[in-house]
Amino acid sequence: MIQILYFANFRELLGQSEEKIPSTHATVSDLLVELAARGGDWKRALTENTQLQIAVNHNIASRETPIKAGDEIAFFPPVTGG
Amino acid sequence: MASNHTALPFIKVQQQDFDLTSEMTKLRQGHKNIGAVVSFIGTVRDMNEGDEVSVLELEHYPGMTEKALEKIRLEAHQRWELEASLIIHRIGKLYPADQIVLVAVASQHRENAFYAAHFIMDYLKTNAPFWKKETLPNGDIRWVDSRVSDQEAKKRWAV
Repeated sequence: MIQILYFANFRELLGQSEEKIPSTHATVSDLLVELAARGGDWKRALTENTQLQIAVNHNIASRETPIKAGDEIAFFPPVTGG
Repeated sequence: MASNHTALPFIKVQQQDFDLTSEMTKLRQGHKNIGAVVSFIGTVRDMNEGDEVSVLELEHYPGMTEKALEKIRLEAHQRWELEASLIIHRIGKLYPADQIVLVAVASQHRENAFYAAHFIMDYLKTNAPFWKKETLPNGDIRWVDSRVSDQEAKKRWAV
């Protein structure tokens, strides 16, 4: 399984903060394809949004980053702290 | 209330306010070679994008936030000769004039502390997973957009 987290406007738009799904993906990109297939806001937020930021196991990642079972993958907008 | 579960002694992500004087005293304790302490405090402005702001709510990514802040802090220690440093960032609901963030750096000579504090703030702005949501007096709620100027500011430290 992999753990997926959504933050800020992604969490609000997608209506959930976290979920666990089976690990069948080689990269973040593969995971995004599966999530985007849910359609609607999922497709818009995860494939058509150039602001999408990705973290894998607490490190900033990209669509090409490999993922495996047990990983924690997070999706969020550009950060605005400070 | 501190969500300091990663037990990093110089990183605090917390709801409650902080007191500059007591944090400075703790930071300097046991370091008699410190000759300079620089601190930066970020506070909540009552205006953003031309609109009055009544409430600012800060969300973060527990676990990653602490690691990201510690990475920035250690990077500053790599670049400059520092004796001690501390980052405190508040989360949850804040109001105009509230303190949001404290960066404090101590070194033997002032130049290193000035540079390092500036560096830590510039990186915190773009690399630490915090998100601000603001409420306007009419009840409208919106996520604060990231600033291109923050990305530009970070470039001054490129090596």
